[in-house]
Amino acid sequence: MDFGLTADQQMLADSAREFLAAESPATTVRRISEDEHAFSPELFRKMVEQGWTGLLVPEAHGGLGLGMLDAAVLLTELGRSLAPAPILSSAVLATSLLCSAGSAVQKKQWLPKLASGEVIATVAWLEEGDRLDPGGVLLKPRRVRNGLRLSGSKLFVMDAEIAHLFLIAVRTGAGTGEAGLSLLLVPRDTPGISVTPLPSIDVTRRVYEVKFDDVVVPPTALLGGEGKAWKHLAKLLDVACVAIAAESQGGSERALHMAVEYAKVREQFGRVIGSFQAVKHIAAECFSDIEPSRSLLWYAAWAQQGSPRDASRAAAMAKARLGEVYSRTTNRSVQIHGGIGFTWEHDIHFWFKRARCNEAAFGNPAYHRERVAQLSGW
Amino acid sequence: MAGDGDTTGMDLTHSDEDEAFRRELKAWLRKHMPRRSTYVDGGDDFSYDDPRRVVAARAWQRTLYKAGYVAIGWPKEFGGQGASIMRQTVLSEELILNRAPSLIGAMGLQMVGPTLIRHGTPEQQKEHLPRILTADEIWCQGYSEPGSGSDLASLRTRAEIDGDFFVVNGQKVWTSAAQLADWMFCLVRTDVNAPKHKGISYVLIDMRTPGITVRPLRQMTGESGFNEVFFSDVRVPRTNLVGNLNEGWKVANSTLHFERNMLASTTRTQQLMNDLVALAQRRSKHGGKATRDPAVRQRMADVLIRTEAMKYHALKQLSDEIHGRPPGIGASINKLVTTELNHDICAVALEVLGNYGQLRRNAPHVEDKGAWPKDHMFTLGLVIGGGTSQIQKNIISERGLGLPKGA
Repeated sequence: MDFGLTADQQMLADSAREFLAAESPATTVRRISEDEHAFSPELFRKMVEQGWTGLLVPEAHGGLGLGMLDAAVLLTELGRSLAPAPILSSAVLATSLLCSAGSAVQKKQWLPKLASGEVIATVAWLEEGDRLDPGGVLLKPRRVRNGLRLSGSKLFVMDAEIAHLFLIAVRTGAGTGEAGLSLLLVPRDTPGISVTPLPSIDVTRRVYEVKFDDVVVPPTALLGGEGKAWKHLAKLLDVACVAIAAESQGGSERALHMAVEYAKVREQFGRVIGSFQAVKHIAAECFSDIEPSRSLLWYAAWAQQGSPRDASRAAAMAKARLGEVYSRTTNRSVQIHGGIGFTWEHDIHFWFKRARCNEAAFGNPAYHRERVAQLSGW
Repeated sequence: MAGDGDTTGMDLTHSDEDEAFRRELKAWLRKHMPRRSTYVDGGDDFSYDDPRRVVAARAWQRTLYKAGYVAIGWPKEFGGQGASIMRQTVLSEELILNRAPSLIGAMGLQMVGPTLIRHGTPEQQKEHLPRILTADEIWCQGYSEPGSGSDLASLRTRAEIDGDFFVVNGQKVWTSAAQLADWMFCLVRTDVNAPKHKGISYVLIDMRTPGITVRPLRQMTGESGFNEVFFSDVRVPRTNLVGNLNEGWKVANSTLHFERNMLASTTRTQQLMNDLVALAQRRSKHGGKATRDPAVRQRMADVLIRTEAMKYHALKQLSDEIHGRPPGIGASINKLVTTELNHDICAVALEVLGNYGQLRRNAPHVEDKGAWPKDHMFTLGLVIGGGTSQIQKNIISERGLGLPKGA
């Protein structure tokens, strides 16, 4: 019995935290967020050198071949720092989906390039309905002589402007169920694709609308077989839940840390405000939320490979819990900062905003609580 | 799905030996566990209004001890087995999940026993430890006083030295099980001039000593689990001092985390959660199964998720302890979170029950023999006892987060 990180995982956490503290402190996060695409090729290249883009890529394809707990460890640190980079979108979500759904040829073609950072990929799943169930995918390509013709749009696509490759959920069969869903692997430079920013409160991460205007793709663009996408999307949802929960864990820890450090130096009524119980108890409540949620997160990440039968339920639990904990913690951290916490100049709002976006991304807490109820057989 | 997936890291399996132990224990429990009806329902609240229950509860602990299932973590020379933390965890999990009656001697086993092992004289150890194991001695805790609740160190029960004796005068309150206890471990003031933490001593008091009056207090549950205890010139041999004179605060603190963890069993919370699920699955609400009600599903999932988080958090703490990693502020977080969670689980059960949630044990149409409203109240008592939630938050913010002590 050992519930905890291995020495290697602890090393990954420590080195990532050190790297991000040095290479992407809050001043850098702020600077990069002012970039049109919130992207720094230089910072991304250094992350590639750290091996982060290859974390989930099998060794046979030039990666480290690590598992979801390792990814969660890294994402916790990225959530702590908010360093803008396509690690979640490309190295975790798109890479996982390619590993899961891709043919041998597709994996051989793309995984080494994802690992080396040469290619950035992103998943285009959601549409206007903002639904994660099979019925949410309505984008339906028409069959043409030389493949499939695609017209329509996808919403909330992360890092689309800097991505080279889209993994697109489409409906190739009749009805609104699981059976007719397929995935397409489409390069960004395919004629007819355009990308429009969806300006978000979270300036450290960009989301876009991706429009398809008579985009024609060859039959080889199908990822994972026609009509067989749902099981891969369902697994992707589990990965996304764990991944975002991990970011939220790190973000919660950081926000509370900032609030506590501030409370130790800010004086009112002739005393530091951290000596007042009204402030201390808020901080203690956040800490008591955050500490157990880390164990829930680790379990959910571990279960993806260690206990597949419980993987979806565990992922939903982690996502529901961390969604709430991150929002509550950032709320209260802003509160402890007082007026300065409400300014643009202070950094705390970056975490507050990421918390709101993470809470909603891939299903809010109520959605996942209902999934927990279903998966518990209630 | 991601990567090769063969390097998952954590190991959530038990050793073959521990699994064998678990199997044997389960089989033993099937054979020896007293029928539920032997006991009054809801055996965790120290309320032993029916004297037959006390007799049965002592017998149960003795049976369990003889079978090798009590205090297995104690060193062998004191009647334990020196069992690993893992083995102790398996034992407590199985006892709770199989609904074994709780141990009437828990205060002795978990609080004063470990204190005597660490700080007691050989004579004290020899006199008390064997009798604690067999429930021949039932113990109560003399800490809180009318004027000293959260500010425990302000306690005023005096013990003045008179030859070979302490003469104790004062009053304790909220003393669970004092009405049936043979002994009390008690904090008394032995130096009125020292700073408040430095004038306290830890003494063992025989409850049959002349001058002790126990007056039961009726709790909001209607039962009398705790008491007031009055001391009037009670003569306690000085050999009953544990640790050094005026160092009782330190002695008591060395086992306080046992109490916090005792009040914060995550297995107990899991069992309560299981009971809630069973309740909701058989009750109806708005004309359908209660588990189909969207609001009920949301609240049940919420408490389930918090329960599972505490389950894995307990596993992490256990692993940290086994593998020698620093423990952090675990016990206070456990106490704060699980006592409030237990109370919330009962609240969800009351929501499921609707009007039936008010019915007491003997009412017609009652569900689960009235355990839910009673436990809803009883669990509130545990949010307060053993250091209130607010005291735990002080501890967490000061020791866990490094915030300064307040005025």
